[in-house]
Amino acid sequence: MSEVLNKVVNIVCEQLSVDKDDVNPESSFVEDLGADSLDTVELVMALEEEFEVEIPDDQAEEITTIQTAVEWIESNS
Amino acid sequence: MESRRVLVTGASRGIGEAIAKTFADDGFNVLGTCRNKKKSIPKESKTLNFEELDLSSSSSLDKFKKIVEDFKPEILVNNAGITRDNLFLRMTDEEWSSVIDTNLNGVFKVTKSVAKYMLKSRWGRIINMSSVSGIMGNAGQANYSASKAALEAFSKSLAKELGSRNITVNTIAPGYIQTDMTKDIDNTELIKRIPLGRVGDVSEIASLVKFLASESANYITGQTLVVDGGLFMR
Repeated sequence: MSEVLNKVVNIVCEQLSVDKDDVNPESSFVEDLGADSLDTVELVMALEEEFEVEIPDDQAEEITTIQTAVEWIESNS
Repeated sequence: MESRRVLVTGASRGIGEAIAKTFADDGFNVLGTCRNKKKSIPKESKTLNFEELDLSSSSSLDKFKKIVEDFKPEILVNNAGITRDNLFLRMTDEEWSSVIDTNLNGVFKVTKSVAKYMLKSRWGRIINMSSVSGIMGNAGQANYSASKAALEAFSKSLAKELGSRNITVNTIAPGYIQTDMTKDIDNTELIKRIPLGRVGDVSEIASLVKFLASESANYITGQTLVVDGGLFMR
């Protein structure tokens, strides 16, 4: 598991109070992990803090799964 | 329990000063803001500190964000506000927009910078200072009453958005309270309309703010509480 993926999984599990065993890269925050709209905003904020990046709102909307989060971070940091 | 951190805007005088002092007297860690730090500032408490903030200035607000970042307020009292009274037909664009800027836009910006820390800690109290002018309207205060009514609606929407994170948002609408803001108003006619027959004291607002910020008020959110001696009754 890449370091970025590992960190993203940890953040997602903490923010959404889900178990590591229940997530995979394709897990959708809203559909699979039960996030509401406020959760997804908080999640993006947590990612921004962890990776010291600023994710523009329009791009943040595209980040809906662990995989898309990892891809964004890898190509922007 | 560790003493909670309270941010009070407009805390150098009037209602804001009373609120800041009441919290500080009870051992809360209080950060008050005021437009001009050089003015005489009450400094009798170790847990009360002041920072400069002008809600109408974006550079001042940007600077203040960093202070918020360090302080991480748990209780926010949006108290700062201004009046620029004039009859509507004489009211200038500048009088209109300066009041909206400070009383409404400023609250939006401060609350936004504070709310994210409350979200993180899954606990927060936001108390917005409105006015009976915002409920009843008041001749000569089209700008002020519009800003204060807007604040009430703002609070309700925020209460709905943030409720799931254990953050309550309430509004206080003071009536006629003895402060610098009201000292030039001729109040003889007004007092006749107040059932309790007198103007209010700043401490009578501060005590409600403290109640709303306490664990006793856990289940109260999205409300407007009028403190006006009975001037306005629903």
